[in-house]
Amino acid sequence: MSYFRAEDLSLHFGGLKAVDAVSFAVEKGEILSIIGPNGAGKSSIFNLISRIYPPTSGKIYFEDQDITQQPAYEIAGLGIARTFQNIELFENATMLSNLLVGRHRHSTTQLWQELLFLPSVRAHEKAHRRRVEQVIEFLDLEVYRDKLISGLPYGVRKVIELARALCSEPKLILLDEPSSGLNVEETGDMSFWIRDLKTDLGITVLMVEHDMSLVNRVSDRVIALNYGKVIAMGSPSEVQRHPDVVAAYLGA
Amino acid sequence: MRFLFKTDYEDDIRLMPHSGYLVTYGVLLALLAVAPFVLSSYIMSQLVFVCIYATVGVGLMILTGFTGQASLGHAAFLAIGAYTAAFLQQYNVPFPVYFLAAGLLTGVVGALVGFPALRLQGIYLVIATISFAFIVEEILARWESVTHGNEGMRVKTMQVFGMAISRDSPTFYFLCLGFLILTIVGTLNLLRSPTGRAFVAIRDSETAARSMGINVSLYKVKSFAISAAITGFAGCLFAHKLSFISPEMFTLLLSIEFIIVILIGGSFSLHGAVLGAIFLVMIDPLLTYLKDDLPGMIAGVASTFGAGKESASHIQDKAAAIASANGLKGAIYGLIIVLFVLFEPLGLYGRWLKIKLFFQLFPLYKRATFKRQKIYVKSERNR
Repeated sequence: MSYFRAEDLSLHFGGLKAVDAVSFAVEKGEILSIIGPNGAGKSSIFNLISRIYPPTSGKIYFEDQDITQQPAYEIAGLGIARTFQNIELFENATMLSNLLVGRHRHSTTQLWQELLFLPSVRAHEKAHRRRVEQVIEFLDLEVYRDKLISGLPYGVRKVIELARALCSEPKLILLDEPSSGLNVEETGDMSFWIRDLKTDLGITVLMVEHDMSLVNRVSDRVIALNYGKVIAMGSPSEVQRHPDVVAAYLGA
Repeated sequence: MRFLFKTDYEDDIRLMPHSGYLVTYGVLLALLAVAPFVLSSYIMSQLVFVCIYATVGVGLMILTGFTGQASLGHAAFLAIGAYTAAFLQQYNVPFPVYFLAAGLLTGVVGALVGFPALRLQGIYLVIATISFAFIVEEILARWESVTHGNEGMRVKTMQVFGMAISRDSPTFYFLCLGFLILTIVGTLNLLRSPTGRAFVAIRDSETAARSMGINVSLYKVKSFAISAAITGFAGCLFAHKLSFISPEMFTLLLSIEFIIVILIGGSFSLHGAVLGAIFLVMIDPLLTYLKDDLPGMIAGVASTFGAGKESASHIQDKAAAIASANGLKGAIYGLIIVLFVLFEPLGLYGRWLKIKLFFQLFPLYKRATFKRQKIYVKSERNR
């Protein structure tokens, strides 16, 4: 059985088939990229997995558990974290508190304990902080610790979003266009980090990406989508040479 | 300028980051402690109102400032707290019990209001909370067996363990001040724990909050309940301070006053709630004073510029008519809100931070430091 599976996943908006009977599987510890032209349904698949949209039909399995009907907030609890294409950070908070929100699924303190800030809450806070600091060190974000997100440049925010997702200690991470809006150097850093996610932290990565050089550098396998349908699947070079993929990008 | 050298995670958890805070708040507390023995009874009475309004302000700040859920129904929560206290007092329930009951019952009502509000955003939520406030107002006026309708209810002097605490006594002031401090400390504790961070996360991006594992609905209800409970407690104190309550005290205008408290004070800080309360309690006597004296002043100015005696008194009458026009107070409040939103969106506390930074950085302060930037990357699609 695969680690993560989508079976006949569909999302229809009226007559528009944003995702049309897509099936794929992600093996534990691999990096799988989803590519495709604009509007192919890549981000919609992510939004289906993180339950922002309910699927029209189809099933999603994670660790042999059907998660199609789980409420959105429980997805993170299962160990699936994600980043967003258009950055959804908490703008008016510091980076540190953004990352601490990432720890939310591990928080166990009760409201009344927090109101009194009992020693147990304090101890929990410190433990969370230690884990957050490990992520900060991993992604070289030390200088931004107390900075408000609203004052940070786009490239940094992109990394912070990755950091926030990592703070939840996910088993599977969904990266929605991790390199969009980044310059060449930042994209290079990002590709190293994505590989490190797999090799150092043992996290399975599912990512949507347009930058083919990044896809080639990090992916173990690639899925190409067009008009909500899978048109090719395989190693990066295989998929890029596939006639349907060439047709989708360049026109037949 | 002070540079904090952090050596421990504790440095970011502590409520007072450095000794300067201890000095400032120590002095403030000492001043507040000696106030009843120095200041006139009128000013003390105003200070009690500042404490009560600030408590409500903190409650509303949790909901609107930190969780991002606007509410124009807090007068209703205050009313529920006040009437619960007044009702239970009739049956000789001791103060600590009905004080707790006022807060808890209002908290439960707040949670119940929170449920239908889950699906509403922005202006629709405001409308829903206004309707809730009208419903409560109407119930208070009609449910005569409990609330005595429009006759209102008398609230007897507070009895704590056989000791009478009159509404003008220093003890009552200390009670209100103590509860305010307790509320503020509790809220600060909440803000540095997971729940408070979840509130802020919901305010800034519900989608992201959800994908971080935050049960958005549950936390919105929690925020409503906490906010309402704090307001309910304040309502009990409010009833004692006024010693008489009736439905027309808890109108939409009072809810708008609470919005003014947090908006003028600065909508993202507890300092703001207190500053806003001071502002609001001060502005009422100021408006009354202007209403009485402004027409005379205008007439004086007019006669200085050569208006005849008759036309000067005519001008005075006109000005007096305008000054005592119905609903003028509401209009002025509206104007204040609009001006603050336009020119000082971070409120009085935001202005204070700017002034502080100016002196800290002098002479390097740049005007552009607080210039507002437009950000286009955030999406509203996935709400």
